[in-house]
Amino acid sequence: MIVFLLRRLLQSLAVMLAVALIAFTLFRFVGDPINGMVGQDATQAERDALRESLGLNDSVLVQFGRFVGRTAHGEFGLSYQLARPVNDIILEKMPATLELSIVSSLMALVVGVTLGVFTGLRPRAASSRLLLAGSLVGVSLPTFLIGILLILVFSVWLRWLPSYGRGPTIQLGWWSSGLFSVDGWRSLIMPAFTLALYPMTLIIRLVRAEMLEVMRTDYIKFARARGLTNRAIHFGHALKNTLVPVITITGVQLGTVIAFAVITETVFQWPGMGLMFIQAVNSADIPVMSAYLVLVALFFVIINLAVDLLYYLVDPRLRLQRGGGGHGR
Amino acid sequence: MSALLELRHVRIELPTRRGTLVAVDDVSFSIGEGEVLGVVGESGAGKSITAAAIIGLLEPPLRQTGGEILLEGGRIDNLPPDAFRRVRGKQIGAIFQDPLTSLNPLYTIGRQLVETIQTHLQLGDKAARTRAIELLQEVGIPGAAERFGAYPHQFSGGMRQRVVIALALAANPRLIVADEPTTALDVSTQAQIISLLKRLCRDHGTAVMLVTHDMGVIAETADRVAVMYAGRIAEIGPVRQVVKHPQHPYTVGLMGSIPSIGGALGRLPQIDGAMPRLGSIPPGCAFNPRCPRVMDRCRVERPDLLQADGTLAACWLHAEQVAEGAVHG
Amino acid sequence: MAADAIKAGLVRRLWDADLAYSFRRSPVAVVSAIVTLALILGAVFAPWVAPHNPFDLSTISLIDAFDPPQWVDGGSPDFPLGTDEQGRDVLSAILFGARISLGVGLFSTVFAVTLGITAGLIAGWRGGLVDAFIMRIADVQLSFPAILVALLIDGIVRSTLPHDQQDQIALVVLVGSIGLSGWVQFARLVRGSTLVERNKEYVQAARVIGVHPMRIVVTHVLPNVLTPVLVVATIYFAFAIITEATLSFLGVGVPPTEPSLGTLIRIGNGYLFSGEWWITVFPAVTLAALVLSVNLLGDWVRDAFNPRLQ
Repeated sequence: MIVFLLRRLLQSLAVMLAVALIAFTLFRFVGDPINGMVGQDATQAERDALRESLGLNDSVLVQFGRFVGRTAHGEFGLSYQLARPVNDIILEKMPATLELSIVSSLMALVVGVTLGVFTGLRPRAASSRLLLAGSLVGVSLPTFLIGILLILVFSVWLRWLPSYGRGPTIQLGWWSSGLFSVDGWRSLIMPAFTLALYPMTLIIRLVRAEMLEVMRTDYIKFARARGLTNRAIHFGHALKNTLVPVITITGVQLGTVIAFAVITETVFQWPGMGLMFIQAVNSADIPVMSAYLVLVALFFVIINLAVDLLYYLVDPRLRLQRGGGGHGR
Repeated sequence: MSALLELRHVRIELPTRRGTLVAVDDVSFSIGEGEVLGVVGESGAGKSITAAAIIGLLEPPLRQTGGEILLEGGRIDNLPPDAFRRVRGKQIGAIFQDPLTSLNPLYTIGRQLVETIQTHLQLGDKAARTRAIELLQEVGIPGAAERFGAYPHQFSGGMRQRVVIALALAANPRLIVADEPTTALDVSTQAQIISLLKRLCRDHGTAVMLVTHDMGVIAETADRVAVMYAGRIAEIGPVRQVVKHPQHPYTVGLMGSIPSIGGALGRLPQIDGAMPRLGSIPPGCAFNPRCPRVMDRCRVERPDLLQADGTLAACWLHAEQVAEGAVHG
Repeated sequence: MAADAIKAGLVRRLWDADLAYSFRRSPVAVVSAIVTLALILGAVFAPWVAPHNPFDLSTISLIDAFDPPQWVDGGSPDFPLGTDEQGRDVLSAILFGARISLGVGLFSTVFAVTLGITAGLIAGWRGGLVDAFIMRIADVQLSFPAILVALLIDGIVRSTLPHDQQDQIALVVLVGSIGLSGWVQFARLVRGSTLVERNKEYVQAARVIGVHPMRIVVTHVLPNVLTPVLVVATIYFAFAIITEATLSFLGVGVPPTEPSLGTLIRIGNGYLFSGEWWITVFPAVTLAALVLSVNLLGDWVRDAFNPRLQ
């Protein structure tokens, strides 16, 4: 198990290095950073001096090393567009994205698993078929379309919910939260649902398929042959066996919520890191882009590691490998 | 001996897109208290389906469309699902072929035992646990108290099947339906399990319906044996008679094709042709295309079970021996 | 005579075949096939089918701007679905937009499939370091959601290009990034098949005789892998369309001179509140219908080819 963990850690490190390389390449080859920092009439000598002082004349390897070092410490430099430290910008936007993502993930998980189990236990019921058809729609429609649809219905026609922004937030240290006011929730609900819909439908279909598979296994047959109650079979045996394989995929899916947040934030003008990234792309703001790249890569690497660990913990068959297999006859 | 279990003219059909197939066609037999009835036949002869019907676990679209199944004189085939559930486990226990897949891999065997015990007997946690350990000891699991918290994959195949037997006996049923209980085990383990089953059933007075394609097991274990062919019973009678003096040409072929240690054989005798598939069962006696002693009548009229020398055989060869007309066993 | 009889028999046999039977039996598959076909035909023949050419500046006039659909007050049969803020006919814009959407979707799918099959064949055939290397990259890429990969590649490449060249290469970059985000699934599929075939005796025999590996691969491995690749490709096609629409909606997709359905939706989004709902809604409905039918078709293809369900 330790070996497994070490191997995964090394892999993750390799990924991060690769990502750092890409980010670094961005910096080096896109335009000349000097130009953004000095005025038009700086002399060549001044530029050279600046170059030297910034260490831009050192070898690529040294510069890369420095870059990695700085990034590892969380220093991402200055935004080209906004002339502010990227760190500040990120800290400002992160709570918005995190709150949105966490609420969405919870929504997707709870609703998804519940409905998935329900349709798995009663696959032929009319409500199940309806849900399944509906979930197909949820998987097919692009996220931004769903967002626009919701805005159309709830903001334009019904005027119940605001269509952009976060609403009022309160400051808790460096974290700004919109969860403590009704208006904050009113602003949160549509983006959260939009973001949750895709993973939710995936979870429903996954849990349902797995449930159907499980109900056909021999141990369920044997459980029924032993006369166990339906409740014991469905929620004791079937559910647990369904959730174990589902956990890994679900974990990964919920991780992707961060990625789809880019789209949702754009549709709803939600002031988070995703919107920040799109704006950076449009204005070629390299420092911000590379910071986003690194952060997102880090996030996914962590999620994947966590899910692997979770799987290991939950399935006793994997856990007990190290103890040496079965005992005698 | 009063009949514990009785099947009367049971008919089980399988509706398909291309018409209705008959999987079990007018099958009748009975099992007395504490008796071991073996049911042999090739794959597809209808043995497992009959067993499934007795436990009430016929998989749709299979349906019982005719006949009755009686347990201790009362019909069970028409019970509502919840009532049948109470019969299962408590009155009728079941054992299936593959012990690995019969046990839920995510729960300890102790938990699975206690759960079964508490479903049918009113016992508190401690009492149930004690009884579970007793059961484990009875089936011959060494160190039962320590193994209580072990998982199925930590046992070898033979041990697992012992656990399965323990589970089947947990609520002290009157009848055990065992569907190919030793097929997935190696030969020496097979012998152990069979003798265990014999001993337990003798000690508890439990009747057994032992479904298998292995004649050797039957010869050793059963009191009576029923030979099934194409969904019908070809011959039924005391084990000794059927094995030594088979009366139905199919049974004769079966016994003839089992090599004995003593004699020397040139070629292993076999029966020409193959058992017909469900959709192409010939009219009259199902065996007639392959029968070395076929008569014109066999091709037209299906024989009932007729009194033969020591057994009942569904064969027109014995029509002359009928004194008072056809007899059902 | 005999040839005709044989041909007629072939058609009859195809019609009776399991595949066609399952298709005919499923109303969902039939309907979605029809819808997909209609949209595709409309898109492909847009220059001839559309009532107007939304790119011909000489035919556009601001006077026609913001006309509502035909059945609403103020609309006219000239512009059945209304006009946008520049006076362009929405119906025509949709047809041309669908053309772009389908085109990008198709090309990126072809790219992903080609790249994936090639990578998979090489990895499976060569084995060893090459295989490990390719699969390592694949694994890493798989730990990121495809849409994000496409977005990152697209965004990064675009921002490294000088501004004036961006529009010209935008389409290529777009197809490339969507394709690059999807090659992995095909590579894995093909690699698995290749590994299986490679170890078979007839392949080893062929190698001993000296048959060129390319030939072995093409004649033996490829046919085995085509069915699952086809199934995945139809699903991927829908994904490609969605991704293109999303990227265009975000403003980093197709250039504004060739608006796809996603671009149209983005433009119309700005007018939702001022009441000109048709500029967004119709492209949105078209996109939804297109993606939904492709997905349903893909579902049917998958079920029809699934050996376990037969």
